[in-house]
Amino acid sequence: MQYMVPEFEVERNTSRCISCGACVRQCSYEVHYFDVDGKTVLADESKCVACHRCATICPTHAIKIKAYDMAYKPHANWTPVVQQEILKQAQTGGVLLSGMSNNKPYPIYWDRILLNASQVTNPSIDPLREPMEIRTYLGRKPKKLEFHKNGKLKTKLEPQIKLETPIMFSAMSFGSISFNAQKSLAMAARKLGTLFNTGEGGMHPGLREYSDCAVVQVASGRFGVYKDYLENCRFIEIKIGQGAKPGIGGHLPGEKVTVEVSNARMIPEGSDAISPAPHHDIYSIEDLRQLIWSLKEATQYKKPVAVKIAAVHNCSAIVSGVARAGADIVVMDGFRGGTGAAPTRIRDNVGIPIELALAAADQRLRDESIRGTVSLVAAGSFRNSADIVKAIALGADAVYVASAPLIAMGCHMCQQCQTGKCNWGIATQRPELVKRLNPEIMHERVVNLITAWNHEIKEMLGGMGLNSIDSLRGNRMMLRGIGLSDRELSILGIAHAGE
Amino acid sequence: MKIVTAGKSSFRTLNAEVREALETENDVRIEDVNGQRYIGAGLDRGKRLEVHGTPGNDMGAYLNGGAIEVFGNGQEAVGNTMGGGSITVHGHVGDTLGYAMRDGEIYVEKRAGSRAGIHMKEFREMQPVVVIGGTVGAFLGEYMAGGTLLVLGLEKHPDRPIVGAHCATGMHGGRIFVRGDVPEENVSEHISVLRPGEKDLADLDRFVREYCARFGKDFDAIMQVPFQKLVPTTSRPYANLYTPN
Repeated sequence: MQYMVPEFEVERNTSRCISCGACVRQCSYEVHYFDVDGKTVLADESKCVACHRCATICPTHAIKIKAYDMAYKPHANWTPVVQQEILKQAQTGGVLLSGMSNNKPYPIYWDRILLNASQVTNPSIDPLREPMEIRTYLGRKPKKLEFHKNGKLKTKLEPQIKLETPIMFSAMSFGSISFNAQKSLAMAARKLGTLFNTGEGGMHPGLREYSDCAVVQVASGRFGVYKDYLENCRFIEIKIGQGAKPGIGGHLPGEKVTVEVSNARMIPEGSDAISPAPHHDIYSIEDLRQLIWSLKEATQYKKPVAVKIAAVHNCSAIVSGVARAGADIVVMDGFRGGTGAAPTRIRDNVGIPIELALAAADQRLRDESIRGTVSLVAAGSFRNSADIVKAIALGADAVYVASAPLIAMGCHMCQQCQTGKCNWGIATQRPELVKRLNPEIMHERVVNLITAWNHEIKEMLGGMGLNSIDSLRGNRMMLRGIGLSDRELSILGIAHAGE
Repeated sequence: MKIVTAGKSSFRTLNAEVREALETENDVRIEDVNGQRYIGAGLDRGKRLEVHGTPGNDMGAYLNGGAIEVFGNGQEAVGNTMGGGSITVHGHVGDTLGYAMRDGEIYVEKRAGSRAGIHMKEFREMQPVVVIGGTVGAFLGEYMAGGTLLVLGLEKHPDRPIVGAHCATGMHGGRIFVRGDVPEENVSEHISVLRPGEKDLADLDRFVREYCARFGKDFDAIMQVPFQKLVPTTSRPYANLYTPN
């Protein structure tokens, strides 16, 4: 006995159901099944995760997934979710493990920030008729530029990454997501003139042809890290932390280490892939400096090196240290960032919102006069183009997105990535599920999404009377807070609406 | 063989000079090395460096099949994330020797610091080997996922253990050989201490012979003391840690 009722209810409209069995075949959680008569379709609702695959593919729209209608004696503290989590742990003795991102109702500061627009003076610009620049360069910038007499640049520039949009795809390893999902992102990145990120799982040979739009990650487990991997990318990202699980490492269970995953990670099939919480050669900023420069040496200074940290309480000081250690790009990942698996308690309770972390870090780097030398990338849940415009005005050079393109590919936020049973072919390694995701089609959907966002960004820029995203970067005059305390406004470095 | 003198050059200048020398030569000798870091980082197969003096941290990082021989002591992170090749150190080395090493071999004549061979891993024909002639510090083979670690404990101080505390914490693959008795209190949970099997003995014979050849030691004298083998009791130490939510 499970001691608990199902979370969801499958409502089947029998007058519409034609017993085609699509739901039975499609559900990897084995919710739907045929009764002994071979015709009537029944459901074991206790297994349903509300991924909506069945309801979406049902040709007669006969299926609805509803919240299980169960009355509890009202209690504001001991909610049904709280009780269910206790019951799960009482049953198994296990650490609660969840996928995707923090689902608790913490403040979303993006929704408390408003953008400016020009009126009368400094008139707004129409992006449909006038050039609008959103091209973005990442990499270490010199403190000042020197020129020869003929106007040619004298200063030797560090390698720069040219992006046609300030939007990149965040790290998602092969293993946590399927090859087809990763390939869709790689194909989309190439079409969009941006980058995808291999995550810490090494590079699948099938993606080698996309190395010109790849970011490769070096994490504590060093999976798949070898010279060839480091040389075949646009930049290298050292992963120190992840917004969804700051302070802990990763753990890809042996069940997900298939032949192909084992090839990319370069570990035996079926063995656990454990990324320890820290890099055991990094115990200080000086040690981080050592890893950054060892990567630069090994790639002969041709690749910028980024360092990704989770947004935590002292992150502005950490970002400053990371920048001084020699990182060309610093990535901050907020506590709403996604993951293939994280302990629920960590996912929901550790870290801080990217809005506050970004504003604080940008200010700190400015105060120390080093903001201009390093690129700052924000990650940790950008839901739409307005979030991105606000992030850039708060000081980001570019952003990483992952959940949004996954939703474009079918993700319905059921938060069960850790089970490896993703019915949408995204967070799974099962061949029969992976093949449901066709990269030829899915990359187009991702391209559509980012193309639309690019256009929206241009429209918002034009409305503010700006014709270049560089003019928005760190331009907090374009932001106003609404319903925020003085303290919040001061950390964000913005005035209140009406001021 | 081309000779590069390190002296007081910065690591960046020195390594650029070494790389330039390696473009035309397969063997390069670096003299008067004074702690310059990243020597031989990513050195390719067919290339060989001879290092005289004291190389700095991360020597031979991401080594890509090349060979490095050090006449002196190594510092921290020798062979970090090494992908293949060979490193020989005629002396001691510091901490995190062979971190996350995937293939190749490291032979250290004398002692190694803490966290030697951590996160070593193997993959098919890639079977990394680390041989340490002296004793070794704490956290030997932490998170070890594959390959072979061998500790000979030669010239061991009577008051010091052959392997430090927390040996093989979180180990889930590979094998560690220790010559003589392993201090039980220093070996982590979920680790079995066994007698080497037939294949182990054959491998041990090969590794010890290689050690003796590189450093001019007496094979028979070393083999007089029996070896212990440390292996994890499970390859899935955290298999039952989680419950889906």
